[in-house]
Amino acid sequence: MSAASAAGEADRGATAGHGGASAARPVGAPLWLLLELTYRCPLHCVFCYNPTEFSRTGSELETADWLRVLAEARALGAVQLGLSGGEPLLREDLETIVARAHELGYYINLITSGVGLTEARIAALKRAGLDHIQLSFQDSTREMNDFLSSTRTFELKAKAAALIRQYGYPMVLNVVLHRLNIDHVEQILRMAEAIGAQYVELANTQYYGWAWLNRQHLLPSRAQLERAEAVTQQARERVGTSMQIYFVVPDYFETRPKACMSGLGSVFLAIAPDGTAMPCHAARMLPGLDLPNVREADIRSIWYESQAFNRFRGEAWMKEPCRSCPERSKDFGGCRCQAYLLTGDADNADPVCDLSPHHHLVTEAVLRAEEAAARGQQTAVREHVLRFRDHRTSIEVTPGVLSDRS
Amino acid sequence: MSELAASCRPAIAAGKRLQWEAAQEAHVLLYPEGMVKLNGSAGAIMSRCDGVRTLADIVADLERTYGVSGLAEDVNAFVTFAVEKQWLELRE
Repeated sequence: MSAASAAGEADRGATAGHGGASAARPVGAPLWLLLELTYRCPLHCVFCYNPTEFSRTGSELETADWLRVLAEARALGAVQLGLSGGEPLLREDLETIVARAHELGYYINLITSGVGLTEARIAALKRAGLDHIQLSFQDSTREMNDFLSSTRTFELKAKAAALIRQYGYPMVLNVVLHRLNIDHVEQILRMAEAIGAQYVELANTQYYGWAWLNRQHLLPSRAQLERAEAVTQQARERVGTSMQIYFVVPDYFETRPKACMSGLGSVFLAIAPDGTAMPCHAARMLPGLDLPNVREADIRSIWYESQAFNRFRGEAWMKEPCRSCPERSKDFGGCRCQAYLLTGDADNADPVCDLSPHHHLVTEAVLRAEEAAARGQQTAVREHVLRFRDHRTSIEVTPGVLSDRS
Repeated sequence: MSELAASCRPAIAAGKRLQWEAAQEAHVLLYPEGMVKLNGSAGAIMSRCDGVRTLADIVADLERTYGVSGLAEDVNAFVTFAVEKQWLELRE
């Protein structure tokens, strides 16, 4: 799942059915199941949320394991299914997984770069019962150049988009924004029009995984963000209802945190390629979480009994200012991963919140980004400092990358 | 707010799916980035919106099923709301 996940959370919150502030609220069902089928990917995006140590994780689950996970989660009430990666089309059993999910009654979303989406493949996925496709415009800096010069990658994306429309799916495009491409929103939206997109999500990078590693070079300035929003508004007026455009602001520019995952262990269950079960797709980074694996435990015991899924349920884990904050039942203290990455303690308030004593870490990061943007470092960092998501770099970087916190 | 024609045929909007979820004991409407858990009356109305039955048919069916009368106004209001939310679309 790309940064699109951020925009989905409001809806996830609305579905969670929480009973309010009670710390003893009953544990609901894992309504949202995300299967990260593989970490393999033809792209090397600098903003990928996948763990930086992905190349050190274990072997991928077998088809039979995935089918068992689908059945066990469905029996608990899971109904929304995301299939992502890496690039899920690299799994040759994707059609088998989709077919079983459809039989079980899931609503199935495929999140793909479109690389590998042939007509034979999309026809088979449609027959298997795939409900929805989100096409990600991933490696935007390179693809933007390709688009402007009409070269190969754009052709590939346009072809994938045409297939998606031909097979009766709404054409949903997700574009991840960051400092290096946010000034091109006008061209990006014209590209989206050119490939017939009906929905476009302009999702600003959130800072986990590879994006955290590259944060100093990806965080836009406030002026860039405001320009991009103004351009987006102009485009909305130009295209009318033929293309709906959503603009997701980076957390770092907010003063209240998102209700991340509607609270960990509330509605969301992610399974990594190696079978690791996580209450959020970035949770592998959190220290002290004893993450279970579907090779060793069934989904029922993972969801209801495991330490990892109970660790952040309710409010007992909260520290001040969350513990006594009237908004704690609305935002659940924000994002645990962001709290950990920025403050070193996952129990702290998400420092995006301006009530957090650590909020200055966010505002200072934004200020540094402003200075860097003012110095016009874009070209230099693109070539020399950005770390691309590939196996060699994955082996070089250390898990968590806390040295980058300051 | 203008009244919907009794002859219109509401249907679940393209790309969305309505289904009964035993675990939630409710009808839910599923779509790419979310789902809506419907209350009993919303579920009863939406599960009859198949693009074949007219609004008048749906009202009559509901009144028969639940042994009540005078539901037209409430059903009309809900269907109008659901069309605005893009849960339902109207077919002629």
